[in-house]
Amino acid sequence: MSAAVVNPAGRAARFYEAPIGKKAVMAITGIMLVGYVLAHMLGNLQIYSSNRDQINTYAAFLHNPASAGLLWGARTVLLLAVILHITAAVQLFFQNRAARPIGYVKKDDVPASYAARTMVWSGPIVAAFVIFHVLHLTVGAVMTTRDVGGNPITPDVRYNVISGFQNYGVSAFYIFAMILLCMHLYHGIWSMCQSLGISHPRYTRGLKKASAVLAILIAIGNCSIPIAVMAGWLTD
Amino acid sequence: MRITLHIWRQRNASDKGRMVRYELPNVSEHMSFLEMLDVLNEELITKGEDPVAFDHDCREGICGMCGCMVNGVAHGPLPETTLCQLHMRHFKDGDELYLEPWRAKAFPVVKDLVVDRTAFDRIIAAGGFISVATGSAPDGNAVLVPKDNAERSMDAAACIGCGACVAMCPNASASLFVSAKIAHLGLLPQGQPERERRVTAMVAQANQEIFGSCTNMGECEAVCPKGIKLENIALMNRHFLGANWAGREGVEAD
Amino acid sequence: MELDSKCPTGPIETRWERHRFNLKLVNPANKRKYTVIVVGTGLAGGSTAATLGELGYNVECFCFQDSPRRAHSIAAQGGINAAKNYHNDGDSVYRLFYDTVKGGDFRARESNVYRLAAISLDIIDQCVAQGVPFAREYSGYLDNRSFGGAQVSRTFYARGQTGQQLLLGAYQALERQIGTGMVKMHPRSEMLDLIVIDGRARGIVTRDLLTGKVESHIADAVVLGTGGYGNVFYLSTNAKGCNATAIWRAHKRGALFANPCFTQIHPTCIPVSGEYQSKLTLMSESLRNDGRIWVPLKKGDKRKASEIPEAERDYFLERKYPSFGNLVPRDVASRNAKAVCDEGRGVGETGLAVYLDLRDSIARLGKNVIKERYGNLIDMYNRITGEDPYQAPMRIFPASHYTMGGLWVDYNLMSNIPGLYVIGEANFSDHGANRLGASALMQGLADGYFVLPNTIGDYLASNKFPKVEASNPAARQAEQEVAAITQRLLGAKGTRSVDACHRELGKLLWEDCGMGRTAQGLKHALSQIPEMRERFWKDVKVLGTGEELNQSLEKAGRVADFFELAELMCLDALERNESCGGHFREEYQTPEGEAARDDEHYSYAAAWEFRGVGNAPVLHKEPLTFDYVHPSQRSYK
Ligand SMILES: Cc1cc2nc3c(=O)[nH]c(=O)nc-3n(C[C@H](O)[C@H](O)[C@H](O)COP(=O)(O)OP(=O)(O)OC[C@H]3O[C@@H](n4cnc5c(N)ncnc54)[C@H](O)[C@@H]3O)c2cc1C
Ligand code: HEM
Ligand code: SF4
Ligand code: FES
Repeated sequence: MSAAVVNPAGRAARFYEAPIGKKAVMAITGIMLVGYVLAHMLGNLQIYSSNRDQINTYAAFLHNPASAGLLWGARTVLLLAVILHITAAVQLFFQNRAARPIGYVKKDDVPASYAARTMVWSGPIVAAFVIFHVLHLTVGAVMTTRDVGGNPITPDVRYNVISGFQNYGVSAFYIFAMILLCMHLYHGIWSMCQSLGISHPRYTRGLKKASAVLAILIAIGNCSIPIAVMAGWLTD
Repeated sequence: MRITLHIWRQRNASDKGRMVRYELPNVSEHMSFLEMLDVLNEELITKGEDPVAFDHDCREGICGMCGCMVNGVAHGPLPETTLCQLHMRHFKDGDELYLEPWRAKAFPVVKDLVVDRTAFDRIIAAGGFISVATGSAPDGNAVLVPKDNAERSMDAAACIGCGACVAMCPNASASLFVSAKIAHLGLLPQGQPERERRVTAMVAQANQEIFGSCTNMGECEAVCPKGIKLENIALMNRHFLGANWAGREGVEAD
Repeated sequence: MELDSKCPTGPIETRWERHRFNLKLVNPANKRKYTVIVVGTGLAGGSTAATLGELGYNVECFCFQDSPRRAHSIAAQGGINAAKNYHNDGDSVYRLFYDTVKGGDFRARESNVYRLAAISLDIIDQCVAQGVPFAREYSGYLDNRSFGGAQVSRTFYARGQTGQQLLLGAYQALERQIGTGMVKMHPRSEMLDLIVIDGRARGIVTRDLLTGKVESHIADAVVLGTGGYGNVFYLSTNAKGCNATAIWRAHKRGALFANPCFTQIHPTCIPVSGEYQSKLTLMSESLRNDGRIWVPLKKGDKRKASEIPEAERDYFLERKYPSFGNLVPRDVASRNAKAVCDEGRGVGETGLAVYLDLRDSIARLGKNVIKERYGNLIDMYNRITGEDPYQAPMRIFPASHYTMGGLWVDYNLMSNIPGLYVIGEANFSDHGANRLGASALMQGLADGYFVLPNTIGDYLASNKFPKVEASNPAARQAEQEVAAITQRLLGAKGTRSVDACHRELGKLLWEDCGMGRTAQGLKHALSQIPEMRERFWKDVKVLGTGEELNQSLEKAGRVADFFELAELMCLDALERNESCGGHFREEYQTPEGEAARDDEHYSYAAAWEFRGVGNAPVLHKEPLTFDYVHPSQRSYK
């Protein structure tokens, strides 16, 4: 006897309807975003290179018109990932709220870390920051940016970053967002493993630690740049 | 010792309900928590007031009938302990305790501290079983079960269906409860034939009952009186993902 | 009234098989046309309802808890017997049969017990297939242990939660049938009366515990699996909700109540700590394997246990029963503990406890071994008393635990009311005057999975069932009677809470009809109970209404029935001028203080017929014959 035939679209719908399905979507998109954040950070750290042109060369390489398709492909995938991640997060948020319409007079959150409890707030703030960040450095709509040789394909990243961070407000927002990102990932990376069913009593503790360490490293790496700029260690 | 209680009083499902304050001046430290409530009720009856309704039966931590929030923690402050097994010696003279019923859309309040947990039964009915008609089983030793699997299965099977996990979860998720059954049966060879069908059906039912989703906070694990582990939720997720992507259910036959 | 046990004759090994062959079958296509009511979702009721659903019957199932999974069977710790002989230690169906008849002190039917022993094999297979996570050896094979003094290892277990796991197996099978629509479940519904039409059981009256709605449910047969009545003593190891109401109201409609005085007292429970005590917690008997039981030699010795030197301790079981020592059967251990307390040598604040001391075993085996063996029990003790058994001895005291008596049933598990079946602890059938450890779970599941689903078909196939409406006059009358009881309880508007009345009854019964009984004590109780009962009806205070969740009202109805049942227990105990199993009449003991049976006069099951509250019930005797296991006197010297 064969069970009722489910077509692929029906299967996907059924999968997504289940909270575990939505969580899996969040986890997969989460991995992509974490991967991007990591790569992005490693790229940014080139600003410390003794070769002052290093980071601009890297930017020019990324913006190479020959591989514009690749760049836009990556941007599309990332954008899709962000949209899926946020959609699922918002849907679950409302679903979870509906699951407890009447709250407690007194409630104690025994073991849940602050990071875990604030995922729905750390996420959107990070997203808002990302928009600002893109407007600032990619679009150049926040403050004046400069290109190497007046060619938009070769932005003067070094100048843009350093001049931007010399503005204390921009730096503060950046650091604040990075702390929130750190919190989001502090819980998120481990949570992602759990959502995808990766768990073993022997490794779970290590996994939790590793996830925390990775989150903190990302924050330190990224925050180091505005700090270095403000401290005057990094000048144009 | 003297204990002040603030108890959620609600006459029935349609009543709005409110917290009411009671003083118990002479609580013995040897009493169990429910015995303290018994004493309160005896006093209320003497005074002609409606006694506090609370669910309980075995009073030894196994039937899963008892439970309420004590100062915001399901089953009170002692780990791996049901409310009926909690004794007053764990409180101090002068303590103020807030008692509230489990709160979840899927667990509507019936009266005072009593809630309706039949949603759990419907989740089990959706797939929390092994379909074996009486009399059709082979000899008990025909299927060997590695000791480690039997132990892990038993760890999960210890769930008493009390609902504390739902009550404590910030999302009112039933994941710990559902995963305990998925793990209990899914870790045994006998449970394999229905594994995919079971996890799909139970997860769908839990969703339909309007339980929330798991965000891996671990609050359920912290209050579970039977020490059911978060690891079971990962196992459930694994089985669910496997069933939905690798599973052959619904694949068109050639 | 003629009591026909319908037991088959001939070689005992094939009695059940031959009997089963002679039972009529219901055509599979017709099964769904029959409705069967199952009251109770414990091991007995749950397994029956699930199996009847599988077979295709239309089943209506009831329990008073919020979920069928919470029946009291969930609390059983120790294990379940089965004569699998997996250990090649000489066990067999015959040996289990033999041990059970002997353990029951020759007051059970041989035919029933043999069937139980034979079916024990199938139970384990069924439960394993359902996914009950029994303990395993490293090889993956099922593990066994020896339990309750048995000389073979035939007890299957799932940690200290065997009852829970077996019940979850039955519950899951039941939920599966609920899911398919074969069984309709009515949780939080209490059966308050039996509907008898034309001499046959045709339905029940229930009260919805949430709305108070009183309703009739009509069926072609009614099965009661409503558990035991140990709570008649108020303090017992049973769950708070355990009650006799279902069987008692059936009794009042004509079902005979058999051997009500056969109750079992468990020796190792955590003692009472104060007046507010609501229940007693059982600790596994296995503790007696390594724990030594003692009290001080001197009366009223209030020193701490550690300050009492060895020479001033009385290891009374070891002293009196040198060969069995601390491992004497439950009734012997219980009685002796009570005796030393009565002498004023009991320990603890109340003086109602004896020590169970692990000190010597810890010294001999090391703390780790003891922890491994009894860790969870020791934790439980510590949790309840706040004391540490590794440092000071535990205090234990006997408590009411199990009731062998119950509604009389024949070999088909049918009571004397046609169409009324009684299974599990609610019936009287298989344990005689005393139940062996790990045999109650076995009986509940044997009845529910394997016996009743076969025998009920014969009744359904052999009879015609004229259509009955819920508006039938018999049903209407039963509903009115139920409503009248509710009104009477609410209307008393007295001064005492239900618990206070129940506690008073429990104390009296424990004193006069507990571990040791005398004609004088029983007569005393018989003179007190009617007065107490009257006071209860006059002076009970039940607040609220009948149209809502009203836990005091629920309790009140159950206690009202206990007041009537208590009287019958005492009468039965007084009538039985012998000691056997759990029924110890102090006048009838051997010179060594053992129970002295009187087979010549009392080798029967006493089945009582109800004749109205306050009227003397009528005794019917079902004689017992023993073709295989010949009655002998127990001796544990
Ligand atoms: C602490 C403890 C430990 C034990 N350990 C063991 C052990 O190790 N091994 C062993 O073999 N036995 C043990 N026993 C005995 C055994 O557990 C019971 O005898 C057995 O479980 C009874 O099962 P049952 O199905 O007959 O009844 P129960 O499990 O008591 O079920 C009764 C059912 O009837 C329902 N019910 C009752 N009255 C009504 C009513 N008026 N209306 C509607 N529904 C009603 C209840 O809701 C419940 O579902 C133990 C008992 C106790 C107390
Ligand atoms: C509007 C933006 C965002 C919102 C609302 C959001 C919200 C959430 C929420 C609610 C969760 C679930 C938490 C849990 O399971 O405990 C989550 C998980 C996660 N988020 Fe975000 N997030 C956002 C942006 C991001 C960004 C920018 C990244 C990466 C850089 C990210 C990475 C992750 C990861 C890795 C997880 C774990 C996935 C899982 O639990 O399966 N999120 N997010
Ligand atoms: S998982 Fe734990 S908290 Fe949740 S129902 Fe089961 S026993 Fe209760
Ligand atoms: S009353 Fe049974 S678990 Fe608390």
